[in-house]
Amino acid sequence: MNKFIVSSSPHVHGNDSISKNMYGVLIALIPAFICSVIVFGWGAIITTATSVIACLLFEFLIQKYIVKGKTTIWDGSAMITGVLLAFNVPSSLPLWILIIGALVAIGIGKMTFGGLGSNVFNPALVGRVFLLISFPAQMTTWPLPKGFATSYIDATTGATPLQLIKAGHMDQIPNLIDMLFGRMGGSLGEIATAALLLGFIWLLYKKIITWHIPISIFATVIVFSGIMHLCSPEQFVSPLVQLLTGGLMLGSIFMATDYVTSPMANKGMIIYGIGIGIITVVIRTFGSYPEGVSFAILIMNALTPLINRYCKPARFK
Amino acid sequence: MLKTFRMGGVHPPENKISSGEKIKTLPIPVKVIIPVGQHIGAPATPVVAKGDSVKVGQLIAKSSGFVSANIHSSVSGTVKTVGPVKDAAGMMKVAITIQVEGDEWMEDIDRNAKIVFNENLSKDDIKASIMKAGIVGMGGATFPTHVKLSPPPGNKAEILIINGVECEPYLTADHRVMLEKSKELMVGIQYLMKGIDVKKAVVGIENNKKDAISLLTELSKNYPGISICPLQMKYPQGGEKQLIKAVTGKGVPSGALPIAVGAVVQNIGTALAVYEAINQNKPLFERIVTVTGKSVKQPGNFICRIGTPISALIDAAGGLPENTGKVIGGGPMMGRTMINIDSPIMKGTSGILIIEEQEALRKEQHNCIRCGKCVSVCPMGLEPYLLMTLSEKNMLDELAEHDVMDCIECGSCTFTCPANRQLLDYIRLGKGRTGAMLRAKNSKK
Repeated sequence: MNKFIVSSSPHVHGNDSISKNMYGVLIALIPAFICSVIVFGWGAIITTATSVIACLLFEFLIQKYIVKGKTTIWDGSAMITGVLLAFNVPSSLPLWILIIGALVAIGIGKMTFGGLGSNVFNPALVGRVFLLISFPAQMTTWPLPKGFATSYIDATTGATPLQLIKAGHMDQIPNLIDMLFGRMGGSLGEIATAALLLGFIWLLYKKIITWHIPISIFATVIVFSGIMHLCSPEQFVSPLVQLLTGGLMLGSIFMATDYVTSPMANKGMIIYGIGIGIITVVIRTFGSYPEGVSFAILIMNALTPLINRYCKPARFK
Repeated sequence: MLKTFRMGGVHPPENKISSGEKIKTLPIPVKVIIPVGQHIGAPATPVVAKGDSVKVGQLIAKSSGFVSANIHSSVSGTVKTVGPVKDAAGMMKVAITIQVEGDEWMEDIDRNAKIVFNENLSKDDIKASIMKAGIVGMGGATFPTHVKLSPPPGNKAEILIINGVECEPYLTADHRVMLEKSKELMVGIQYLMKGIDVKKAVVGIENNKKDAISLLTELSKNYPGISICPLQMKYPQGGEKQLIKAVTGKGVPSGALPIAVGAVVQNIGTALAVYEAINQNKPLFERIVTVTGKSVKQPGNFICRIGTPISALIDAAGGLPENTGKVIGGGPMMGRTMINIDSPIMKGTSGILIIEEQEALRKEQHNCIRCGKCVSVCPMGLEPYLLMTLSEKNMLDELAEHDVMDCIECGSCTFTCPANRQLLDYIRLGKGRTGAMLRAKNSKK
């Protein structure tokens, strides 16, 4: 008498998995990583490696000894947090500060809420904002990009385009082509827009994300800053400068689109994107900080449960 | 650009292994087990007893209400038992077991009737024949056909849609019927058209059956009012609401029947059964069943008598493979697993699918990562992740508010989930409980 497995339908699975999506995101980040190594040299490699190892280690330790449950460090999510945290800091950030950032990102940003799937805020951004507020000097000291000649230990520093804009020196920002290909100061991940866009195309192709969040952020930023620029071009930079500077590209494509902390339905995603766009431009233009994307995303993360509740997908009709 | 429905849908691998296999007749088994409840609605009432002699096509259980259907013997022989028998799910259901002797048919069945539409029959004649023959939806839903052809007062049918989609992977019975019994199909469609008083019939066929599309398109030129609509491939296009949307662009509102948008949908196999019932005076007692699976030695499409044990079909396909994990009645997306292979083929059994043990095991569930993919593939625009959580917490009012009753249980959500969550398990549970609660509320009013 044969024993058959009896369970309810469906009896086949599409073979998508958490790892496939997570490692797909890591692959999408490779062009940006290569650019950051070309621009910042050893600093890029050491910072990224340290951040990734620290995140994996902390997740392992917390899961094994505090939660005392299964360890899931190879699903790819902690690795992404590590890479994105590294991409959000100066390439010459002292390692001990970076490691504290990883602990906050994984420990507080992710594990205290219950691990993957339960966190409210983007863990990498929690780590980054914590570092920014706790170590403001080190977190806003950007080494001048000189390829492998970029000094790691004793970096000569310069202002990022956004810092220049905040200080009123619009004429000193790099030209658009330089900004597109990463020849400017800034954090590891934010400099090479072209590389990030390549990653965006990969994510869309692999159906890891949809277009809704990044495109609604870009559109909002373009419209909002466009209106201001038209009113007063000397006071307000053009939309193209807004798009190419700071962490907007990195944030829109890789951090705002984080599954766990973004809305579930398309309508909700668009509202979320619009919110991020508005808050980013407001902080950049009228706030004290030169960069607003991290805060914008964290604020909209907090609103995601509300957005989910009120933005139901359209029913079949 | 071929038509399809827009919202949601997935693309499971087709695996139409048996689509090239001509229909073969399965030898008559030594005994048949014919359940009296093979349809939606009240089970039929047996009209034979132990020891009675029956012929092929003889009425053995009578329809017991409006939404019910007659059951006929598929063999000739002696009735052995009339009583509860364990069905494929392990539940005890009343069935009539018949010991087969010879193959003697009822005299009034004419197997050599001409394949021509009889214009002299009125629509009431047609519906009466369909009811007498015990025809139910052969796509698997098994809804009594004469009921579907009698819309509630105030509703008028505008179009008949014939479901030749067969969107489930592996299943090919309808495909073979379209290729091998095309004329009978056309005449059956003509009877159905007259039965609901429409001038227009559209046969929806997915684009992976190009031979059927071209054959029927050519043939339909001789049958006024019947046209063929090739469709893009997408699961679950064979679902009534999705098919109507794809073919006509109209959406059946929540809680309403297709007749609300003037559509009546019938399966290919049903149309064939209608032809046989009217021209051959043959009640529904046999059907074409696909036996398939990657490990099956000789997959095929077989005409077999209702009540034949599944083991007979599996033997005809080369025997039960060594490493069998699951035996499924139907397709891999919505079919039901069976506990043994002694259960019988019923009117709604479109296929037997064998899945190897490796593939049959469920993968480990992880926490929901809130990726939203389940929402993007739901063809009804629901939120499976939310319905799952609400069902887990038994929040029935909220489930009703979030339209759980609209779920067609297609399985696209579970198929897609990267965390391998068993979304449909929870949703079905919630749907059952919410349905019961709503019915209790309505009956109190």
